[in-house]
Amino acid sequence: MIKLENIHRYFQVGDQKIHALNNINLSINKGEYISIMGPSGSGKSTLLNVIALLDQPSSGYYKLNGRDITQLNDNQLAKVRRENIGFVFQFFHLIPRYSAAENIELPMVLAGIAKQERQHRVAEALKSVNLENRAHHRPNQLSGGQTQRVAIARAMIMGPQILLADEPTGNLDSKSGLEIINLLENLNQQQVTLIMITHDNAIGQRAQRKIRIIDGKTCN
Amino acid sequence: MTFNDTLSHSFSAIKTQPVRVILIVLAMSIGIASVTVLTALGESTRRYIINEFEALGSHLIIVLPGRSETTGGQPPMFGETPRDLTLDDAVALARNRHIVAIAPINIGAAPVSTRGLERESTIIGSTAALRQVRHLNISQGRFLPPSEINKAQAICVIGQTIKNELFPQQNVLGQWLRINDHRFRVIGVLASEGQSIGVDFDDMVIIPVASAQALFNSHSLFRILIEAKSTQAMYKAVDEITEIIKLRHDGEDDVTLITQDSVVNTFDEILTALTFTVSSIASISLAVAGILVMNVMWVSVSQRTAEIGLLKALGASKQHILWLFLTEAALLSIAGGISGLALGKVVLLVLQTSYPAFPFYLPNWAIYAALGVSLITALIFGVLPARKAANLNPVIALSKR
Repeated sequence: MIKLENIHRYFQVGDQKIHALNNINLSINKGEYISIMGPSGSGKSTLLNVIALLDQPSSGYYKLNGRDITQLNDNQLAKVRRENIGFVFQFFHLIPRYSAAENIELPMVLAGIAKQERQHRVAEALKSVNLENRAHHRPNQLSGGQTQRVAIARAMIMGPQILLADEPTGNLDSKSGLEIINLLENLNQQQVTLIMITHDNAIGQRAQRKIRIIDGKTCN
Repeated sequence: MTFNDTLSHSFSAIKTQPVRVILIVLAMSIGIASVTVLTALGESTRRYIINEFEALGSHLIIVLPGRSETTGGQPPMFGETPRDLTLDDAVALARNRHIVAIAPINIGAAPVSTRGLERESTIIGSTAALRQVRHLNISQGRFLPPSEINKAQAICVIGQTIKNELFPQQNVLGQWLRINDHRFRVIGVLASEGQSIGVDFDDMVIIPVASAQALFNSHSLFRILIEAKSTQAMYKAVDEITEIIKLRHDGEDDVTLITQDSVVNTFDEILTALTFTVSSIASISLAVAGILVMNVMWVSVSQRTAEIGLLKALGASKQHILWLFLTEAALLSIAGGISGLALGKVVLLVLQTSYPAFPFYLPNWAIYAALGVSLITALIFGVLPARKAANLNPVIALSKR
């Protein structure tokens, strides 16, 4: 499903060239549960951003469902992101002026889905993360765990096959962190490919497949 | 992303910054209001002056002694020709079949007095046809009667001001009036006409043209006013008048003919240009408002960098982002445009109440132009910030909090 071949990514910082990803080869199948771990600055976030199509590799091939992603234009990339990839962030990234329901609705708004259909799906999504009674609360009226659940509902609203999580528990206490992990693992059991970056070894060990990155290189 | 969703997303973003919105809308509306008010002033002036000229009479031809090669300028006030325009010329022209009425005019200033009251007034010498040519109305008595053109009669028709000043609260008909050392009997009083292109008919005494020639001891005419049968006839009449004058003046057409429509057209052109110039100057304030829109949009983009990154991560394309920010700029400007129009209308209303005689008029095209210009300003000045937003790198944008 995801196939990365000889991926390199360089960054120019001042007059120094940083080799963030160094010849990454990775093949991920549908329904896998993968954790990516490694020290700060090792390139884990860059790898996740490349998989999420938010960042373009400097060289190498990336095939998603057999399609060469590196050849797509901006509109096509946006469409692929919208339909195939859900993203959960460490800092939640909800839009503060929107209610929980409106935040969850956002990807469908971008996709141009009709209002009625959206409301129906938002109600279901809120139910699946146990936040039916928080629909009209704004992010600043929600706890950290609730906010991240809204973010997960938003990530899954378009029914993507791939869910990417960049330290989803990094800003949560251990109890709500565990809730979030359970929620994500539940989705994984429904055949969603889950790729998660984490600092927390205990969480990382739960994944079926663990990838370690050091200095831009994978070492299994 | 549907149009409605784009609109509501931009609108919700605007709502978070009420003070900023009020300021930018204020700036925009001052620009729009000044353009609409000045356009309305120019357009109203144009209409006012055109109406004045059209009120002069329909199919009017003015014959002036002397030849002026330019058109549209000030007609020569005094003949610069060796050959005067005479009553005989007027008689000859009157036979033309395209002409309905012909009024020779002799004009002068003289002291007008009665029983110790004296006033310096304008004296017009003319014939009965003047009433038809200038559409004059009579409030009392009658106008000069039709008679032989060269017959001097001691009768006069006076304006309202003369009546009020020289004959306060008394019957004026049949009274004697002294002009210089000639006596004239008042046979009629003009209805109040107000000013008509600088000619105050209220402060005027009209006497038969032959009497005026005797009074001022002059045989030349100031001008001849001619009313043609129709617009078509007017153009034919102009040609034939030239021919007749040429025959009578030793082969030289030493008169200037002004048709009413040429005067109207000239003024129309001048005043349209004036309106355009004044509006253009006012539109500088629109450019300033546009730059303010741009400034506000820059701030908006940099404040919402993380949101832009998020939208991109959720599957927004560059076009989506571009349109979101352009819509935001457009909403601000249209709000400014509408409140500017309202402000302009209020100013015009105040002006109208202060000067009820002057017909203030805001043409429809100015309304559409104002809204159109505000929208275009927004799009022009919104493009750069919107492009900046659209081209943000999502990874870097997301890392901003």
